[in-house]
Amino acid sequence: MTGLRERVKVDVGCEWNNQEGYGRAGYGVAHLKTKVSSHTPPASKIDSLRSKVELLRLPLALSSKSISHRKSQLGGAGEHGTGGGGAHRGKPRPPASDMDTESQYSGYSYKSSHSRSSRKHRERRDRHRSKSRDSSSRGDKSVTIQAPGEPLLDTESTRGDDRDDNWGETTTVVTGTSEHSVSNEDLTRVSKELEESFPLDCRRFLGPALAAGLGLFALVTPLAFLALPQLLWRESLDPCGTPCEGLYVSLAFKLLVLLISTWALFLRPPRATLPRFYVFRCLLLALVFLFVASYWLFYGVRVLEPRERDYRGIVGYAASLVDALLFIQYLALVLLEVRHLQPAFCLKVLRTTDGASRFYNVGHLSIQRAAVWVLDQYYSDFPVYNPALLNLPKSILSKKASGFKVYTLGEENNTNNSTGQSRAMIAAAARRRDNSHNEYYYEEAEMDRRVRKRKARLVVAVEEAFTHIKRLQDDEPAASSPKHPREVMDPREAAQAIFAPMARAMQKYLRTTRQQPYHSMESIINHLQFCITHNMTPKAFLERYLSPGPTLQYQRENSRGRQWTLVSDEPVTSALRQGLVFSLRRLDFALVVTVTPLPFLHLGEEFIDPKSHKFVMRLQSETSV
Amino acid sequence: MSFIPGQPVTAVVQRIEIRKLRQGEHLILGFSIGGGIDQDPGQNPFSEDKADKGIYVTRVTPGGPAEVAGLMMGDKVMQVNGWDMTMVTHDQARKRLTKKNEEVVRLLVTRKSLEQAVRHSMM
Repeated sequence: MTGLRERVKVDVGCEWNNQEGYGRAGYGVAHLKTKVSSHTPPASKIDSLRSKVELLRLPLALSSKSISHRKSQLGGAGEHGTGGGGAHRGKPRPPASDMDTESQYSGYSYKSSHSRSSRKHRERRDRHRSKSRDSSSRGDKSVTIQAPGEPLLDTESTRGDDRDDNWGETTTVVTGTSEHSVSNEDLTRVSKELEESFPLDCRRFLGPALAAGLGLFALVTPLAFLALPQLLWRESLDPCGTPCEGLYVSLAFKLLVLLISTWALFLRPPRATLPRFYVFRCLLLALVFLFVASYWLFYGVRVLEPRERDYRGIVGYAASLVDALLFIQYLALVLLEVRHLQPAFCLKVLRTTDGASRFYNVGHLSIQRAAVWVLDQYYSDFPVYNPALLNLPKSILSKKASGFKVYTLGEENNTNNSTGQSRAMIAAAARRRDNSHNEYYYEEAEMDRRVRKRKARLVVAVEEAFTHIKRLQDDEPAASSPKHPREVMDPREAAQAIFAPMARAMQKYLRTTRQQPYHSMESIINHLQFCITHNMTPKAFLERYLSPGPTLQYQRENSRGRQWTLVSDEPVTSALRQGLVFSLRRLDFALVVTVTPLPFLHLGEEFIDPKSHKFVMRLQSETSV
Repeated sequence: MSFIPGQPVTAVVQRIEIRKLRQGEHLILGFSIGGGIDQDPGQNPFSEDKADKGIYVTRVTPGGPAEVAGLMMGDKVMQVNGWDMTMVTHDQARKRLTKKNEEVVRLLVTRKSLEQAVRHSMM
């Protein structure tokens, strides 16, 4: 043993400390273990909390526990989490100079702007708020519209967690950037893996697959009707000449039309998965199934059994099935595609966080279809949600601390006193001159001025940068006189070359307008390359940065969809009607949709003879009395 | 006949009492009026102040009750039976003058020559 140890010492010089652990078999390991154990309480508490939190996270995704049950489980964890979090200072947010951020609160670190007491108060408030807001405890129907797949930290979401609104407050993290960033990422990684799992992807294609199978079966049926007698009892069939052939031709063309229209109308990838059954589609599938089944039944009983010999009748029967299928397809066209085109309702869509609103006209739809339609419009109409623009500067809001202290002067009944105290404080606060509006006004003016100044600098820098390059014409010789050697660049290099002078102004402008999470350096260079390739002016290049575009502009291209939750009082397959309100909730904001019917219009007619347009000068009128 | 805004209007007026003449079923007075607050005052040939929107007598039918009573063309009607005529619309003025149940209208009218006469008499 000792010999071994010395050998280790001699051989491995610098790594002596490391090998010491290996070399000393029993003693060293035990020593290390005891060392570790002495440090366990704080570290293991956090680890055990993390593991507890992860374990709880898993079943949440698959089942729906009651909120109170979950809260009781997590309430303890939450309090510990607060204490543990306070003790351990986390790493600050990486500076925004790399501009390549996933989550959105880059300028808004959790600890920077709020004191601990206000944070605790905010968490308490959040807990109360989310409790009242929770749908399942209130009995509302909360169902999930799942546009397929979904990464959690995409460009829209600002919170790291997904399903449970209570969850955010118990991990004491509202942002993705805090001392809990490590544990938050673990959680998101766990839930991301969950969502990549098999059942979700499969569910997306289940409905269309079923419909496709049924449709194929329905299309093959007439051919089967024709083929079976020929195969089974060909000899005993009545010969059938020209009329049959005519029917064959018409059958063939009708089948062709059916095929093409099915392809055109129904064979499209689904764009959304709805929470409940899509009533019309189910109705149609049931109808098709019923038709085909009843035709088969009749065929089986009346044709296959007695071995019917009248082939012309069989062909006519098959032709009638194809006619019926064509009519069902017409019905499908009307129900699924045409009925909702005539506008009947006006939907007001309001985003809860910053008040952006739009009005849309839709026709008769069910709530879930209307929700999908609204979301389609949302992605291209609404300016992107920027959480950094929401908060009033803290200098304005922090003046709420009342300077009054209320002393009790030896009174016995405490209950009276407390209400009297609070009333007195409220009255005093109301009487005190509140100048926060004044500061808000000046702060706004200052902000505007700053933005305009930065914008001016940016525009000038970009214009100047664009003058540095020009497009090489085809007829110009690439290599001109040796005095001015011009190197020929492709768009990417040209973009990189002129990016440097405008980078600083661009960065400052984006930071002032709080847009820097949306534009990384890479994306700016890509956009610049795109603009150069298409001969755009500096103004066209800047269009993307000077005004916040629709949300779709900032989406990453990925096949996983966005997850929205539809919250509504009524069952989501019921039709829209007046006064209905439903909301589409995402992680940290919601769209509230209000339905009003479009007014009925009484249109009257009035005929004005073109010769009746006569005018007089406005004179002194004279009346004789 | 000009006025100072904010001060009461002062004028030398003449009282004229016109007895309406019945012609068929109408009671006529025998003159024509022009002006009113809804009319264009710049076209008034009789007013001194072209912003004056008062009611003026534009025509007097010869031999009619108005001429008999002494009304002259260019007079500004200040009051009719106690009703003010300086701030009325044209239609209101017409209505005040042509009330069916009144046989007699008592006007207060003013004209330039009245003021001159008073000034001369004071001197």
